[in-house]
Amino acid sequence: MKVGEFAAKASFSAVSMPDPDREINGVYAGDLLSWVMGNAKEDNLWITIMTNSNVIAVASLVDVSAIILAEGVELDEKTALLAKEKGINVLSSEKSVYELCLTAGSLL
Amino acid sequence: MGETLHFHYDVDGGNFTSAGDASVHVKRKLRQLGFPPETIKRVSIAMYEGEINMVIHAGGGTADVFVSPESVKIVLADKGPGIEDISLAMKEGYSTAPENVRSLGFGAGMGLPNMKRYTDSMDIESELGVGTTITMTVNL
Ligand SMILES: Nc1ncnc2c1ncn2[C@@H]1O[C@H](COP(=O)(O)OP(=O)(O)O)[C@@H](O)[C@H]1O
Ligand SMILES: [Mg+2]
Repeated sequence: MKVGEFAAKASFSAVSMPDPDREINGVYAGDLLSWVMGNAKEDNLWITIMTNSNVIAVASLVDVSAIILAEGVELDEKTALLAKEKGINVLSSEKSVYELCLTAGSLL
Repeated sequence: MGETLHFHYDVDGGNFTSAGDASVHVKRKLRQLGFPPETIKRVSIAMYEGEINMVIHAGGGTADVFVSPESVKIVLADKGPGIEDISLAMKEGYSTAPENVRSLGFGAGMGLPNMKRYTDSMDIESELGVGTTITMTVNL
């Protein structure tokens, strides 16, 4: 499934969606950046509650298809802009990490 | 591309926001040069972990990347405090990172292990009070 279609089906709001046609091939959830870099795969959805700008660098290096921010956490304006500049899709939701995993599991 | 290309970066010690700029730049260059995605990922993640370590643990440093058709070599050099026990530092989960760094999502103690895992060779030279130089190579 593509990121744009996924966001619409799950009714997640898009903080940044420069590339809605990115294909999703799996899910990784985690907040420790080295674990994400060691274990998340290219084209995964990455579910996290981290919001500092390093998250955008990690998403770009791993080449995830989108970041999903859980628990209603928000990016500040500068970081949201950075995500758009770097071509990183960022979705957000009020749901917990667990609920997001279930949602992704049922839709993908 | 017959010869070796060289990229040099200064890594700013106090700046978590720009940390990673050098790795992202290398990633873009390797993409332009047509390197395979898996190689690019290994190089850029190993370099990013090293870059972050210089920012967290050493007050900054320099990164030099040498790109040839056979390999990518990354040399990270700093004049920080040095690493007292390298085999301990290499252990998964070992970290001396302070709390403020942990709250950013760093300090999991997985940086050096990731660097080793994503590269074909890694050499650490470190002297207490003098600094640390880490050389990593990814073969094509
Ligand atoms: N460039 C460096 N200078 C001094 N100490 C370092 C350097 N890189 C790593 N270290 C030491 O090695 C430890 C383990 O590094 P790493 O595996 O990257 O974990 P982390 O950065 O999460 O603490 C660090 O906590 C630190 O004590
Ligand atoms: Mg580290």
